[in-house]
Amino acid sequence: MSILIDKETKVICQGITGHAGSFHSLRMLEYGTKLVGGVTPGKGGTAMDGIPVFDSVHDAVNKTGASASVIYVPAPFAADAIMEAVDAEIELVVCITEGIPTLDMLRVVKFLAKGRTRLIGPNCPGIISPGKCKIGIMPGYIHKKGSVGVVSRSGTLTYEVVWQLTQQDVGQSTCIGIGGDPVIGTHFIDILKMFQHDEETSAIVLIGEIGGSMEEEASEYIKQEVTKPVIGFIAGKSAPHGKRMGHAGAIIAGEKGTAVTKIVALQEAGTVMVDNPADIGITVSKILKDAGK
Amino acid sequence: MKVYEFQAKDILKTYSICVPRGKVISQADDVQKLYNEIGCNRCVVKAQIHAGGRGKSGGIQFVNSSEEAVACISNMLGSKLSTYQTNQESFEIKHVLLEEVVEIQKEFYLAITIDRSIQSLLLIVSAGGGVDIEEIAKKTPEKIFKEPVDMFFGLLPFQSRRIAERLTISADASKKLSGLIKKLIHIFVNKDCSLLEINPLALTTDNKLVVLDAKMEIDDNAFFRHPEFEQIAESQDLSPNETLAKKYRLSYINLDGDIGCLVNGAGLAMATMDIIKHYGGEPANFLDVGGDASLERVEQAFKIILSDKKVKSIFINIFGGIMKCDVIAEGIISAVKEVGIHTPLVVRLEGTNVDLARKILGESGLKIISARDMKDAAEFAVKASKGEYIN
Repeated sequence: MSILIDKETKVICQGITGHAGSFHSLRMLEYGTKLVGGVTPGKGGTAMDGIPVFDSVHDAVNKTGASASVIYVPAPFAADAIMEAVDAEIELVVCITEGIPTLDMLRVVKFLAKGRTRLIGPNCPGIISPGKCKIGIMPGYIHKKGSVGVVSRSGTLTYEVVWQLTQQDVGQSTCIGIGGDPVIGTHFIDILKMFQHDEETSAIVLIGEIGGSMEEEASEYIKQEVTKPVIGFIAGKSAPHGKRMGHAGAIIAGEKGTAVTKIVALQEAGTVMVDNPADIGITVSKILKDAGK
Repeated sequence: MKVYEFQAKDILKTYSICVPRGKVISQADDVQKLYNEIGCNRCVVKAQIHAGGRGKSGGIQFVNSSEEAVACISNMLGSKLSTYQTNQESFEIKHVLLEEVVEIQKEFYLAITIDRSIQSLLLIVSAGGGVDIEEIAKKTPEKIFKEPVDMFFGLLPFQSRRIAERLTISADASKKLSGLIKKLIHIFVNKDCSLLEINPLALTTDNKLVVLDAKMEIDDNAFFRHPEFEQIAESQDLSPNETLAKKYRLSYINLDGDIGCLVNGAGLAMATMDIIKHYGGEPANFLDVGGDASLERVEQAFKIILSDKKVKSIFINIFGGIMKCDVIAEGIISAVKEVGIHTPLVVRLEGTNVDLARKILGESGLKIISARDMKDAAEFAVKASKGEYIN
């Protein structure tokens, strides 16, 4: 099976009656995701386009048996929504919401340590295993079923990369955006570990960006544990120091977090680093062909 | 959001943290009166800009009389200051802080920040206060030490003891210091800071801990629960385009190059800048219209680029997901209708409703250089910026 989700994954949507929640819930259903319910406090007992709405995550889980939740709740209430899902012992929470205060996320991370929930995001496009299940906001049609695992800190740049792969006739096993915030639930290392052990994945694409040290940590893991080919790109080589480049997490502070230190670390770990972002698809395709896959 | 030193000190004062007696001055007429109110002969004049390194650039000066204060402040107000930390940019000095000079026995460095890799608050302390901490970090990293602080437990007694030991300070000073650190942590959490730096923190000759300089940064995402910061947000030193971008929730950063960029998504926007450089061009800006921009926001975003006089070609790179390509097309057309366009426009669209968008642009009569993919688009944009003709 693919990592984290498959055809049978039952999903609920927190914030289903909101603008983004309702729109993307329908897109997820169209893609074939088993979206079995939604949560909006105060609207329990109603339905949104045939999907039952519950007052709490507990209710939704009890009635539907869902094991995953996708969150579109507005930023001021999103941390609470994540913690409610953890409290209801949901296995996988994907938080799309952008703009959650960093200190709220520190609280959430503490709360996560108590439970068994894996959080993806926040401020992320979500996760998709093409042809099986889509939990998030990515356009479904750009994906193609296959064996390349994609993990990224970005949203639209991930679409760009996936589209390049699909144009090259290279399919994907699972594509995950882990989020552009400084404090997030799942890091590159976590996903690399899953891809390394996933039978359906034969190569990994890692899309990083400036800020923080997640790529450096990933390179350590790649060096020691990853035997599958890894192809990488780091966005922000041309970014100035000290400015926040859109993502709350994309900032170069002092000499840390620059694109160059990340590229060098990944290269030393054996990752094939692509210099031109338009060449990612073709590079992966070539590597797979050379490996006879 | 960056907070001026005088604003940060005002916040610290409300938590009964000791700062030097001082006055913020925005008009030179008031100097004499305010100098007398402070009532101390030797004062320091500090330029208020959002950057460090002021001392080495003339932004901090000492005065010994009201006449000297008047001369110094009249000179400083309205002048421009750049320091080694401002990236060659210079900032107009709109406010100065006039403060009493305190008698210093010892100086320290103190900062609280968020460490992303350990997902915790981090306290940074050094006995080498007053000077550039980055220099100390480079030359004598052993003089800086870090103490992760749990945001629920706060500073624990054993951590206080460890800090005192490292700083080699007296028991009395240690007690005062841990009290101060606890207050700072409280402020950091209560005010949703992303950085709170005290450099230097002075131990005065009469054994008081006084905050001589304070740098505070607030998490923009937490604004919704801090109406008290509204005034500070209004005093931000923003260019007209930055103000417009802020109003329409666009991520915009002005840069030195000549290729204007309009992109959706921060990662793709960075990659767009990178690919422009890859083909020998220079981006004029970073601009992320966001995931779900409305027609109005796209229009405003495009107007910001059109108003930038250094722009010689424009590169629109959109990968529609939530963002629908036709909304981008409509936004471009209505902005051009209003303000006109005099530079080549390269458009690369992909994703949701792309066919509809191409039709809208095609029928608009706008002169557009259409690109199939990111590579073509970048090459076209760079060529166009150098005055080369593209057919």
